[in-house]
Amino acid sequence: MSVYDSLDSIAEELHKCMKCGNCMAVCPIYKETRQEVGVARGKISLAEYILSGETEMTKGLGSRFSLCTTCMACNTNCPCGVRFDKIILAARAESVRKKGLQPAKKIAFTALKMQRVFDFGMKAGSIFQGVALKNIPNRHSKLARMRVDVGIGKEKVFPMLSKKTLRSEFPAVIKVKNPKLRVGFFTGCMINYFYTDIGRAVIEVLRENDIEVVIPKFQACCGIPASVNGDVASARTLAKRNLRAFERMGADALVVACSSGGTAWKHVFGELLENDHELKALADKWAKKSYDISEFLIHQVPFKKEGLGRVARKVTYHEPCHLNRGQGISKEPREILKSIPGVELIEMKEPGRCCGMAGSFSLVHPDLSGQISDRKTADIQTTHTDTVATGCPACRLQLQSGVENAGFDEEVLHTVQILAESYRVGKEELIHSK
Amino acid sequence: MLAREVLEELVRVLGREYVLTEQEDLLTYAYDATAAMKHHKPDVVVAPLTTEQVADVVKIALRYRVPIYTRGSGTNLSGGTIPIEGGMVLSMLHLNKILEVDQDNLTATVQPGVIIQALNDEAAKHGLLYPPDPGTVTTATMGGSVSECSGGLRGLKYGVTKHYIMGLQMVLANGEVTRWGGKTVKNVTGYDLVALFTGAEGTLGIITEIIVKLIPAPEARKSMLAVFDDVDKAGRAIAAIIRNKVIPATLEILDNVTIQTVENFVHAGLPMDAEAVLLCEVDGYKEVVQREAVLVERILKEEGAVQLKIAKDDKERDLLWLARRSALPALAQKRPTTVLEDATVPRSKIPDMLKAIRSIATKHNLQIATFGHAGDGNLHPTILTDERDAEEMKRVHLAVDEIFETALALGGTLSGEHGIGIAKMKYLDREFGKAGVAALRRIKKALDPYYLLNPGKIVRRD
Repeated sequence: MSVYDSLDSIAEELHKCMKCGNCMAVCPIYKETRQEVGVARGKISLAEYILSGETEMTKGLGSRFSLCTTCMACNTNCPCGVRFDKIILAARAESVRKKGLQPAKKIAFTALKMQRVFDFGMKAGSIFQGVALKNIPNRHSKLARMRVDVGIGKEKVFPMLSKKTLRSEFPAVIKVKNPKLRVGFFTGCMINYFYTDIGRAVIEVLRENDIEVVIPKFQACCGIPASVNGDVASARTLAKRNLRAFERMGADALVVACSSGGTAWKHVFGELLENDHELKALADKWAKKSYDISEFLIHQVPFKKEGLGRVARKVTYHEPCHLNRGQGISKEPREILKSIPGVELIEMKEPGRCCGMAGSFSLVHPDLSGQISDRKTADIQTTHTDTVATGCPACRLQLQSGVENAGFDEEVLHTVQILAESYRVGKEELIHSK
Repeated sequence: MLAREVLEELVRVLGREYVLTEQEDLLTYAYDATAAMKHHKPDVVVAPLTTEQVADVVKIALRYRVPIYTRGSGTNLSGGTIPIEGGMVLSMLHLNKILEVDQDNLTATVQPGVIIQALNDEAAKHGLLYPPDPGTVTTATMGGSVSECSGGLRGLKYGVTKHYIMGLQMVLANGEVTRWGGKTVKNVTGYDLVALFTGAEGTLGIITEIIVKLIPAPEARKSMLAVFDDVDKAGRAIAAIIRNKVIPATLEILDNVTIQTVENFVHAGLPMDAEAVLLCEVDGYKEVVQREAVLVERILKEEGAVQLKIAKDDKERDLLWLARRSALPALAQKRPTTVLEDATVPRSKIPDMLKAIRSIATKHNLQIATFGHAGDGNLHPTILTDERDAEEMKRVHLAVDEIFETALALGGTLSGEHGIGIAKMKYLDREFGKAGVAALRRIKKALDPYYLLNPGKIVRRD
């Protein structure tokens, strides 16, 4: 029984918790609110009371269960090995089953399922975004702030929607001479609509390593925004669509440059489709050949070091929760950064601490998200670097917003962008030396 | 349910945001870290920001006779913060400032909501140390830790919380704010109420400020691990170390059941058939540490250690400590419920206590693993069970009774560091007799005549 189907599925997991409260030491939300309901122990107790019948699921409980960034720091610090990430998913799914989805989320997840409508909306958005968003002068990226507060505050800084989506910029198959491998690229929404620069860097680096890149046109949202908010039905629809889109095109491996997308392909699709024999097998097959881009470049290719040009950057690395604790990928991005000539890697305090973005969490709890972000921003500032690298577009958005609001000059990039930059400089160096 | 005017007055003093009344929030203050203990939901949770607000809240509670359950992080193991009579939970977590580190007087002044580790981090910046280090050092608050007088791994050489509390600001049960003790080493003015309030589990007053003693952080340390094939030999080794005038900072013991569990869990390289493992760390000036380490090594060999490991650097030290650090997690993952006791005996009685616990386990057919602070006689017999199994829980309670009886018979005490709370209240007269418990009750009534402060803990109402 999967966590998405019933609260009973986590009964044993709940019982493992001995209420020691070690989760309090690492929970980013608890650190800000200092209320028991903010920390895993509090929400575990609430789930227990529901299961024991002491209380019923209420809307109020649903809103308490929204107090989690799913950063999994508590998992790692738990002496009893409680998987709180599973508990929170089950509790949220139960809340949606019993009390329904919040109207705003319902609209959002429905739109995600209707790819063409969504594409059209995003296209229209890219033209009309100036109505709602005000450009901020920034020498690194096109950023903007909300002109009016629609309930998420005006503090948050957003990247502007790209004029052209990544998937419309490239053909479905990007050929190279003598390909070593054929790799499917799952772009994810943020890279497709906002951060197309990350997507271009992924393609650039893969081509540089003689890898043919396949970008199925009919891939969809990874469904994580739906599944972590308990909308299991939408998440299943999206999982199926993605599996079919990639199966039709075929590839030796699948890469992602987004920690949510990676988690989806490696773990979530299989769990969502547990009861569907045929699709479960397909999900498992693809899970085995899904890689985060940094993991893929280090362990599968391995990426070529000759041709790397000098990139003079002082870089600090922020660990996305779902890449680090979610997929165990922490050394790989650092290894890539260290191999780039000119890059100096300076570690920040607690690089694995959540940035507070957590997808829709930052929209539902903008103040809390901002407070968590402020600590991360301060940690970044004290490194006196000029660049923050990370492995997730959502983290990038949050870090950019934090840096912009704190008012210091720091470029926020995906690790793969710095690698692409190095290959580019390498080529220029070669031309100049001739 | 509380009368509406009580809530209105609380809101007037604290503001809406700091008065929690919704079921969904109240339910999360119904428990603490104590295993197999009935939970109880409070009627309201309040979180003051200042001492004055605490005093105002107490005055409201006094007027309407509302029980006050003062709470820090709720990590205690005695049911000490469970609001068993309902009423109000007073969360001190927003009073969380380190007010001062005074390098000239070697003190720090902190608010009760400060996490112990935060004080340690601040003290470390000045080369100073706050020695008490309970297992909950990264989560427990100073206020909770003072109220429970928590101990930890360094008790043998450095003592426990009460040896570091120099002054307290207290809000009394009548709402008055008082100060006791201060920064002076010597102070015999009046009764020693700092000592009384320390370890009083929040039943006599509410701590709003704490002055603690700091010490210079030791310069060096050295760790050793010794394996014994006989509990008595380990016991003799403990005694011999002390008899030779070496006071290690920590001297920990793991029994056979713990060793086997830990070994299966982390593969720390301990022999599965070992009867006891001793972990010893000496600290101080480099030269002293060097001398003491050689001496301890010799003693451990002489007393028949079958295996001896000495850490050459911090990395090896961490490896040696892995077994001890993993003890509780390893045991906790074996069964769903972990009943962790802290009966304490004079250190010379450790072998007797270990053997007694083993026979109690056999008698009641239970899994009991014992580890703990051998140097100060504070053992943690840990019963691995499942609270859903009513029949087994019955045996657990019988075993706990016998463990306490044994500790008292060996000249020990019910609780070394976890406190009495609800969990050990019924055993109190076995240690103090009826006259002793009556004396405790008279003290309680003198300071809190209406039983407003943490009622139902330590002493029962007449």
